[in-house]
Amino acid sequence: MTTNILAIVDHAEGKLRKSAYELVSEGRRLADASGGTLTALIVGKEVNAMAAELGEYGADTIFVCDDSCMADFDADLYTAAAVEVIKTTGAGIVLVGSSPTDRTLAARMAAKSGVGVAMECISARLRDGRLIGTRAMYGGKLLADVILEADPQIITFRSNVLNIEKNGKAGAITPLAPPPAESKYRIIEKKVRHTGSVELTEADVVVAGGRGMGGSDYTVVEALAKNLGGAVAASRSAVDQGWRSHEDQVGQTGKVVSPKLYVACGVSGAIQHLAGMSSSEVIVAINNDKDAPIFKHADYGIVGDLFDVVPAVTAQLQKMK
Amino acid sequence: MNVIVLLKQVPDTESIIEIADDGASIKTEDVKWVVNPYDELAVEEALQVVEKNGEGQVTVLSAGIKQAETAIRSALAMGAHEGILIEDERLERADTTATGQVLAAALKKIPHDLIIAGQRAVDGDNYLVPAIVAESLDLPILPVIIKESIADGKITCEQVIQGGTMVVEADLPAVITTQRGLNEPRYASMPKIMKAKKKKIASLSLDEIGITDDSLFSNPKIRVESLQVPQKSRAGIIVEGGTPAEKADNLLRHLREDAQVI
Ligand SMILES: Cc1cc2nc3c(=O)[nH]c(=O)nc-3n(C[C@H](O)[C@H](O)[C@H](O)COP(=O)(O)OP(=O)(O)OC[C@H]3O[C@@H](n4cnc5c(N)ncnc54)[C@H](O)[C@@H]3O)c2cc1C
Ligand SMILES: Nc1ncnc2c1ncn2[C@@H]1O[C@H](COP(=O)(O)O)[C@@H](O)[C@H]1O
Repeated sequence: MTTNILAIVDHAEGKLRKSAYELVSEGRRLADASGGTLTALIVGKEVNAMAAELGEYGADTIFVCDDSCMADFDADLYTAAAVEVIKTTGAGIVLVGSSPTDRTLAARMAAKSGVGVAMECISARLRDGRLIGTRAMYGGKLLADVILEADPQIITFRSNVLNIEKNGKAGAITPLAPPPAESKYRIIEKKVRHTGSVELTEADVVVAGGRGMGGSDYTVVEALAKNLGGAVAASRSAVDQGWRSHEDQVGQTGKVVSPKLYVACGVSGAIQHLAGMSSSEVIVAINNDKDAPIFKHADYGIVGDLFDVVPAVTAQLQKMK
Repeated sequence: MNVIVLLKQVPDTESIIEIADDGASIKTEDVKWVVNPYDELAVEEALQVVEKNGEGQVTVLSAGIKQAETAIRSALAMGAHEGILIEDERLERADTTATGQVLAAALKKIPHDLIIAGQRAVDGDNYLVPAIVAESLDLPILPVIIKESIADGKITCEQVIQGGTMVVEADLPAVITTQRGLNEPRYASMPKIMKAKKKKIASLSLDEIGITDDSLFSNPKIRVESLQVPQKSRAGIIVEGGTPAEKADNLLRHLREDAQVI
């Protein structure tokens, strides 16, 4: 059974997000397995330059909706554009990323089409043309294989879980007019908090500081993150103390990250924190309590004061360079 | 101002979760149930809206089995005025489409100016039901918000996006969903808990809200085929060393040579 695939890609500051490469690479693999085509959709203002690259990762066709009315994410308009592309391409499977706006888009498309979504999958495979997505449930305590029983099968992937592969395809670019739909709400203002820094969920390395930081001075953790090219995270206790902002929180009620390397500094390892980082490839724990639960969930542990150990690690790293 | 909170009962995040014999659902007998943490934020925000507005009431709406009354009572103890449970055995395992449509059907019969839901329920983490409710009711939806204010029949919200926020505005009635940082849910005082125990919770059947199509439950759009306990074994090595520098050196050697992540 052939199934056509649609990958909806995201971008920021004139660059494709890492998730875009992941989704198109995965879309190519699924299209090859099912004998269907892979279409990519990119929406925004002045996004044409980014579109061409998507062919290099395996898109047969790229729909580009480039218009000033699409400059910022308006869920109503973006959903209308996506639903239209699903129709014209006959897509049976739709791949989406995992930023807050990605999830909103997936949910809104599903609501419009009367179907479900396999949210935040960590892998997917095909069986008789149906997608089986594997995803965490119950705060990561269980993994579920879920099947979407109606088309389009919409699936969103966590960042950093799919292999990026080059696979040159035609990459034919097709302009798409903005949808005739009207939005039910208005965007007043966009506040970008930081530019240029690595987004937590997409980072290869995450260095987290917990209550053991003892205050809002995260200099030692920031220095280590910088030397590893990573992002800084925090436990909920640290966020509740007001030391870091909510967007840095990792855990069941924060972000879920799957970096190659997660370094937990002064984090005890509560189950709700583990829910946000236990899928990391390698976990390092630095804690001055040798009985801290985090050590049971770590690959490498150092028992010691983080204010001694973390700067020492940074110093050794700098020596290596 | 009639504010409706969509509230789901979920297993306490501390609970041990075990897979049931069918391999696709969980054992529910020993689970401790609590209000979904994001819905607790929704209750708090609803109370603040009514308090600020000086009039109106907060109604908590849940779809589930009898046991969900406990969660509704927790919201009543926080100060919600009324609780409604749409009760049916089939709702325990209903998928998001069925749940969303059931809630929307009930909402057609309940006056509402503002509907507040959690961004997700931390059992299935589906992030879906509020979008389905908004679509069925043809209402604007502003998801994942950390700030909200209401004036002249309009709601203005600060919405979380990757790397920042967006200020958005919609006419009421509208649906909004919560993000941590929106507020700190209040504790229920003992007298309020006692009072909430005596409050009557209205019960609605699916028939009463006009849901007669059984295929909503028999043909789910999402089906959990199987559940597994994740198996990830960790090396569990304690890195030794006489000084912090030695420990650091040994750690980096492990990361470079064994784990090959740096
Ligand atoms: C519904 C719910 C949802 C939750 N969601 C989340 C969530 O999303 N994310 C989250 O993180 N938590 C969450 N929590 C909270 C969680 O239960 C823990 O309270 C929290 O993770 C603890 O944070 P911590 O490890 O930083 O602090 P603590 O548990 O206080 O641990 C601090 C650690 O630092 C160590 N330490 C202290 N000083 C030093 C030093 N100088 N050097 C080295 N080590 C030091 C201590 O030995 C200790 O192990 C949630 C809780 C609930 C009930
Ligand atoms: N059975 C239910 N009853 C009432 N509200 C619900 C129910 N299921 C989900 N919701 C609401 O929808 C939100 C998102 O849930 P979900 O889509 O399941 O992640 C929750 O935080 C609730 O506000």
